[in-house]
Amino acid sequence: MYSEQVMEHFQNPRNMGTIEDADGVGEVGNPTCGDLMRITIKVKDDILEDVKFQTLGCGAAVATSSMVTEMAKGKKIAEATDISNKIVAEALGGLPANKMHCSNLAADGLHKALEDYLSRRKSGSERLPT
Amino acid sequence: MENFIYMDHAATTPVDPDVLKTMEPWFIENFGNPSTLYSQGIMAAQAVEEARGKVAGTLGAEPEEIYFTSGGTESNNWAVKGIAESQAKKGGHIICSTIEHHAVLEPVKYLEKKGHEITWLSVDENGLVDPEDVRKAVRPDTVLLSVMYANNEVGTVQPIAEIGRIAKEAEVLFHTDAVQAVGKLPLDVRELGVDLLSLSGHKFYGPKGVGALYMRKQVKATPLLHGGAQERRRRAGTSNVPGIVGLGRALELATERMERDALREQELRDVLWEGIQARVPDVHLNGHPSIRLPGALNFRVEGIEGEAMILCLDMNRVGVSSGSACTTGSLEASHVLLAMGIPADEAHGSLRISLGRSTTKEHIDHFLEAFPPIAERLRDMSPIYNK
Repeated sequence: MYSEQVMEHFQNPRNMGTIEDADGVGEVGNPTCGDLMRITIKVKDDILEDVKFQTLGCGAAVATSSMVTEMAKGKKIAEATDISNKIVAEALGGLPANKMHCSNLAADGLHKALEDYLSRRKSGSERLPT
Repeated sequence: MENFIYMDHAATTPVDPDVLKTMEPWFIENFGNPSTLYSQGIMAAQAVEEARGKVAGTLGAEPEEIYFTSGGTESNNWAVKGIAESQAKKGGHIICSTIEHHAVLEPVKYLEKKGHEITWLSVDENGLVDPEDVRKAVRPDTVLLSVMYANNEVGTVQPIAEIGRIAKEAEVLFHTDAVQAVGKLPLDVRELGVDLLSLSGHKFYGPKGVGALYMRKQVKATPLLHGGAQERRRRAGTSNVPGIVGLGRALELATERMERDALREQELRDVLWEGIQARVPDVHLNGHPSIRLPGALNFRVEGIEGEAMILCLDMNRVGVSSGSACTTGSLEASHVLLAMGIPADEAHGSLRISLGRSTTKEHIDHFLEAFPPIAERLRDMSPIYNK
């Protein structure tokens, strides 16, 4: 059912864990549906210095989480924003049709983390030192 | 598949080599069509009747009450749709449990769309139907009651005899999907008070593609398949001679070995469950603690998801199944677990293990060694498990 790449990421996931003092947190999914992803990011000089994931979900959910963090790490914010679910799925050699929603989740999780970072930075920059 | 530890016997079982041997002559040597009049055909017909006698004997029925089909799904469809149609004058009300296999649920839902009223019998947290609910549900226009003998996911065994008495009093035809129970538990259709009963060969070490429907003599379900005169004109189609012969032999063997197999599987199953509880925290049984098929073990693991566990176990050469959405093929967790009141998020973290003849103590030990690190790894990865 799953490609070699998916199984590889499932068996050896990259960037599994949580960044304690994260600059952005993105959580997507729903345990009631059987999947939940939390992506945490650390940003320095507009670059994603570190990206980590925690995932509850099937093989595709784990693999797409792993892949999206691998793709996003080291990228500029603007580049990371361009990472789509399609790109994630393609990088994994494709996913079974009924598993495509898992790839949506991974990309959405990353984008939510990026949004979170940007909104924190925005509200932070309004508090200028006097 | 050497070295693969199969723990999914509820899904299907390998054909017993003895059964395969009895089937072989009927493919080439004696390939005749049982409906033909020359000796080859007559031999095939006799083999079919011999198998029919075996099935009847096991169930405590008459041979003419046994009809061969293509499997459990066909038997269930025939019982549900056939009775709904033949009893249309009496009414259109059907009573059905919420934990039936899809092969009963779907025909019932199909009839519901066509205008039949359905009363769904709920189950308690162990998966048991309350016979009193049956009594309350019966109406003058009830034409069929269907409650499965033993559930395929959690193994809970229903109080069929008690329900049968109520059905008889109320004069309602009672069908039971006994696909998971036949060959594993002793069954007598008279004692149970059932009017129709479904069974399937590949669940008790017989071949796939063949099953049977027991239909009590006075009961007439409208045929699903019209055509030739086979099966007393109730189920057309050239008899699957090798399959039927195999089914008969498999049931014969299963009956001989039933007590011994049941005891063995139950012991192994109990050792397995004790071991899992001792090594993995936060696991909970799904199903009745004791009134359950001997080899059945369904449990949920807090904080992680079923398919991920299956993949990891597969990498460790163990085959099991799950009630998670990813494995049911829909976006919802198992309807059986949900019907038992298990919250959806927990239902997604369930594993179904069903032991069988091939299961050994070594298999149990291997599982107990392989599973705890799997649970730990997936829990480390989980955003919600943090104990």
